[in-house]
Amino acid sequence: MSDPVILLDQVNKWFGAFHVLKDVSMTVGKGEKVVVCGPSGSGKSTVIRCINRLEEHQKGRILVNGIELTGDVKMIERIRKEVGMVFQSFNLFPHLTVLENLTLAPNWVKGTPVKEATETAMAYLERVRIPEQANKYPGQLSGGQQQRVAIARALCMKPKVMLFDEPTSALDPEMIKEVLDVMITLAEEGMTMVCVTHEMGFARTVADKMVFMAEGRIVESSPPAEFFSNPKTERAQQFLGQILGH
Amino acid sequence: MTIQDPKTASEIASHVEEPSQAELKAPRRSALMALGWARENLFSSAPNTLLTVLAVALLVWAVPPLLDWVLLKATFLGADPQACRDAGGACWSFIEVKHRFILFGLYPHDEHWRPLLAMGLFLSAIAISCDPRFWNLRILAVWGAALPLCGLLMWGGLFGLSFVGNDKWGGLPLTLILATLGIVLAFPLSVLLALGRRSDMPAIRAICVGYIETVRGVPLVSVLFMASIMFPLFLPEGMTIDKLLRAQLGIMLFTAAYLAEAVRGGLQALPKGQYEAADALGLSYWQKMGLIILPQALRLVIPPIVNQFISCFKDTSLVIIIGLYDLLTTAKTALSDPLWRPFYIESYVFAAFIYFLFCFFMSRYSQYLEKRLNAGLKR
Repeated sequence: MSDPVILLDQVNKWFGAFHVLKDVSMTVGKGEKVVVCGPSGSGKSTVIRCINRLEEHQKGRILVNGIELTGDVKMIERIRKEVGMVFQSFNLFPHLTVLENLTLAPNWVKGTPVKEATETAMAYLERVRIPEQANKYPGQLSGGQQQRVAIARALCMKPKVMLFDEPTSALDPEMIKEVLDVMITLAEEGMTMVCVTHEMGFARTVADKMVFMAEGRIVESSPPAEFFSNPKTERAQQFLGQILGH
Repeated sequence: MTIQDPKTASEIASHVEEPSQAELKAPRRSALMALGWARENLFSSAPNTLLTVLAVALLVWAVPPLLDWVLLKATFLGADPQACRDAGGACWSFIEVKHRFILFGLYPHDEHWRPLLAMGLFLSAIAISCDPRFWNLRILAVWGAALPLCGLLMWGGLFGLSFVGNDKWGGLPLTLILATLGIVLAFPLSVLLALGRRSDMPAIRAICVGYIETVRGVPLVSVLFMASIMFPLFLPEGMTIDKLLRAQLGIMLFTAAYLAEAVRGGLQALPKGQYEAADALGLSYWQKMGLIILPQALRLVIPPIVNQFISCFKDTSLVIIIGLYDLLTTAKTALSDPLWRPFYIESYVFAAFIYFLFCFFMSRYSQYLEKRLNAGLKR
C-alpha cells in the first residue's frame, strides 16, 4: 500500500473529564472503504469528526494526505479542502438554492469560476439523479433528496476522501436505499471512504475493512467477511447479535 | 361534458337556480349573520359581555369630546390666537404659523428650501435602500452621491449657497440625520460586536463583552452627557470636536451595543450543523459568517433589529440635553412665543404625528421584509 490517505496514531480525546477516544489508531489507504460501527456513545462519530477537525484531539497524531492536523488554521483549511463530509442531518444551507449550495464552496474556497462550478455541480446532480431540483430550495426536497444533494455538495470540492457520519440515520426507511445506492456507486468508482453507519448490508457490499468501536476504543478491525462470520471479541458478537438479530 | 342524462341535467338546473335564491335571501341572511357574529364574538359569556359594554362606554365617553376638539370646535387656516381661544377646540393655525420653525429649527428662514431638498434626497436614498434588489455595491453608490449632496445643501458655502453652520441645523432634518446615520453606522459595528462576543479568542471576547455590558448599563442621557461635557476634557488644549458629531457618535455607540445583543440572538439560534457544514467545506471564518451564518441569522432577528431602529429613532429626542434642536425640541421651542404659548398640545401632536409616520413605516417595512426574505425558505 502506498502512503495512507488518513493516519491516526494513538489519538486521545476528552470532553471535559470524559475520555471519549482512547488510543485510537487506524490507517485508510487510497481507494479503501472503511466502515466504522459500534454501539451508541462508542466514539465512532467523534473519530471521523476529528479527521477534519470539527473536533479537536488532545493527544496523538492525525495525518491527512501527509499533512498533520495541528492548531494551524491554514493547515486545517487545506485539509478540509481535501476531505468531504456528509452529516446525519444533511446541513444544507436553507437560504441558498440547491445549485448555490453546490457552487458556493468551489467558487469561494477554490476560486473556480461560477460557470465552471455550475457545470461541475450539474454533473454531480446528474450523478445523484436529481438534476431537475437544481433551482429549488433544500426545504422543498425530501430527506433522501436532501442527503443526495449533500453528497453532491461534498463531491463538488473534488475531495480525496469522503467522510459519512451516519448518513441514513435521519431518513425515513423508504429513502435509505436511494442514498445508499449513491454511496455504493461512489465506492465502485474508487473513492476513499470512511463511513459511520449501522447499515450492515451496505458494509458487507462495499467495505474493505470493518472497524468496531466500544467505549472509545477500537476493539476489532478486520475485513467484513471475517468480521461478520467470525467476530473475535464478545462485544462485537453481542453488537452483531443485536443489530442483525431481527 | 357531452353526454346528457336526466339526472345531470336536473343537477345543473338546481345549480343555476341556487344563486338567484341566495340573492333574494342575501340582505336578511347578512343581517342574521351579523347578529350571529355579535353573539358569538361579543356576548359569548358574562365576562365577554361585560368587556363589550365597557368598551362601548369608553368609546361613548372618549370619542365625542375628541372629535369636538380635533374637528368640530377646531380652528384652521388663518385664525389668530384670540379666535382660537374663543373657539375652544384645537388651534391648527398654530401649526400653520409655526410649522417651518418646528420642521427646520433655527435654519435661516429664506434658505428653508435647502433642508427641504436635502431631506427629500435623504428620504429617497432611504427608500432606495429599502429595496433588497439594491443590497449590493449600488447602495454604496446611492449613498455616496446622496450624502455629499445633502451635506452641500445643508452646509452650503459653495456654488453661491451661503454657509450655514451645523449649530443652526434643527428640526426634522436633524432628527433624520442623527437617527439614520446612527442606525446605519451602528449596524455593522453591532455585527462585529456580536461576532466578537462569540469569538474563540479570549481577548476579543472580553473587549466585546465589556463594551456591550458597559454601554447597556448606562442610560443614553449619560452617554450623551459624557460625549458632550466629559469627552472634551480629555482632548488636548484647543482641539474641539463638533457637538453634532459627538452626539452622532454617542447615539451610534449606544445603539450598537443593543443591536449586538439582537444579532447574537440570531447567531445562537442557528443550528450547530450550519457552522459545521461551512467548516467542513473549508470556508474561512469570514466566508462562513458572511455567506452562511449572517444571512440566516439576521433574517431570524429582523423583528428585534427593527425594534431597536424604532427605539433609536425616538431616542434621538434626548439630544435636547446637550442643546441640539431636534424635532421635539423645536416643537417645544415654538411655544416660547408668548402669543401662542397655550397651544402646546397642538405642537406636540404635530411632532408625535411625524414620529409616528416614520416608526409606523419601519414597523410595516419589517413585516414586508420578513415575508419577502422568507419566501423561498420553507423549513
